[in-house]
Amino acid sequence: MATDVHRTVTGPAVHVEGLTRSFDGRAVIDDLRLDIAPGEFVALLGRSGCGKSTLLRILAGLDRDIQGTALVPRRRAVAFQAPRLMPWKKVWRNVLLGLPGRAERVVAERALDEVGLGHRVDAWPKTLSGGEAQRASLARALVREPDLLLLDEPFGALDALTRIKAQRLVGEVWQRRGCAVLLVTHDVEEAVLLADRVLVMDGGRIAHEQHIDLDRPREITDPRFAALRARLLERLGVDTAAAAA
Amino acid sequence: MSISHAPPDSPGPDISGTSNSEAPAPDAAGPASPALQPVVPASARRTRVPRWLRRTTGPLLLLALWQVLSATGVLAADVLASPGRIAQVGWDLVADGSLPSAMATSLRRVAFGLLFGTVIGTGLALLSGLFRTGEDLVDAPVQMLRTVPFVGLIPLFIIWFGIGETPKIAIITLGVTFPLYLNVYAGIRGVDAQLIEAGESLGLSRWGLVRHVVLPGALPGALTGLRYSLGIAWLALVFAEQVNADAGIGFLMVQARDFLRTDVIVVCLILYAFLGLLADFIVRSLERLLLQWRPTFTGR
Repeated sequence: MATDVHRTVTGPAVHVEGLTRSFDGRAVIDDLRLDIAPGEFVALLGRSGCGKSTLLRILAGLDRDIQGTALVPRRRAVAFQAPRLMPWKKVWRNVLLGLPGRAERVVAERALDEVGLGHRVDAWPKTLSGGEAQRASLARALVREPDLLLLDEPFGALDALTRIKAQRLVGEVWQRRGCAVLLVTHDVEEAVLLADRVLVMDGGRIAHEQHIDLDRPREITDPRFAALRARLLERLGVDTAAAAA
Repeated sequence: MSISHAPPDSPGPDISGTSNSEAPAPDAAGPASPALQPVVPASARRTRVPRWLRRTTGPLLLLALWQVLSATGVLAADVLASPGRIAQVGWDLVADGSLPSAMATSLRRVAFGLLFGTVIGTGLALLSGLFRTGEDLVDAPVQMLRTVPFVGLIPLFIIWFGIGETPKIAIITLGVTFPLYLNVYAGIRGVDAQLIEAGESLGLSRWGLVRHVVLPGALPGALTGLRYSLGIAWLALVFAEQVNADAGIGFLMVQARDFLRTDVIVVCLILYAFLGLLADFIVRSLERLLLQWRPTFTGR
């Protein structure tokens, strides 16, 4: 019963095998198997309570009461649904928090520039808007130059317009950085828009896998997009208008 | 009108027809226009008198009333001296050096008591806040001791430490320790678990978590504790100095009581109030400096 979380991987960016996580005897993740290739963008869909966030927390090393194998890169970073910035540190200090060695302010400025927040380097977190705080949180993840970026519903709390911008930003950042991304979400459209591969989790396992081979940038109005979206929604137990007709 | 037969791309005749034929009569159909009143800008409504003047008026009026009552003999001098007399006595006490030296003695006692109390209270709170073992060992005894009124320990302290400076500083230390302990402990335990987790995900070490997440998060609680502690420090000082003291503000008061000098007593009381205000000002400044990140309501 190996529980290796901290080993550098040479092949895939994530290798999970026979992973089980139980809460009070109930297996939320049950003998799960998952591989993510370096540079691959994977979206993880599922109903609430299906264990997708638990899986992300395990890959982030925040939950270690596990059985089975989970191999993840040493350099990995998380952006949570709430930005979770330390309110007592200015934005640039938040970005540098936890970096090994004596990190320079320039490093933070560069990361904040990348997410379009270069003008708020010296701001207190309380003065940021929801979208800005989420971008600061993304900059804090990016400054670690992760091989694996874990995103836990990072757009869930944003308003519709800000969400579209943030999704676009994540897509750009991913294409520039080339790191593997695991995006946990409940938004099917978002998953199809961003991911190379969409997984649907159910009953503690990956119940369905869907490769998205649409060209980027993707258009929601594309009929193939709508078809993929409908198929995934069906998988999630939601009847779409197209399926009902 | 034949709206239903009009072609969709030429709505012109219909609209103009409507507006021509059914122009609303000014008195019949439309709702009566309400009477309007201007919204006065807040700045125009403010009075011309500046705020500090308004705020000082009340105390000054009270002072004037007191002076009048004393001058007319309604308030006898051996009950409460007049403000003018108090000012005179205060000046004399400063001039002959007895008030500054008493104040220095008292301030030194409070400073030492605060120092020891802060170190002990914060230290114990860190122990029980950061470590579960520490909590098990420290919290129960502290909660028990906390319920003992510290003033009641004065006789015991005199037996243990004699009548010198030690029992006085010990009483202040004791009074200061508990509010600090409680608030720092609550502050540490009140730090958002989500932020701790975020810190962990950023790769902070255990000490890094304490330094960058737990301690800053506990700071608001710690400063509240400091505020309580300062208040209690003065209280403890008054008690400690009125028993077996040969110097300090409390000693001046006891002496004045023996000679029925209400003027000297009031001077000492004013001094206590002034020192309390000063302490409060210091904590407020600290809060403004250290807690400027806090997204809380700051009043209008």
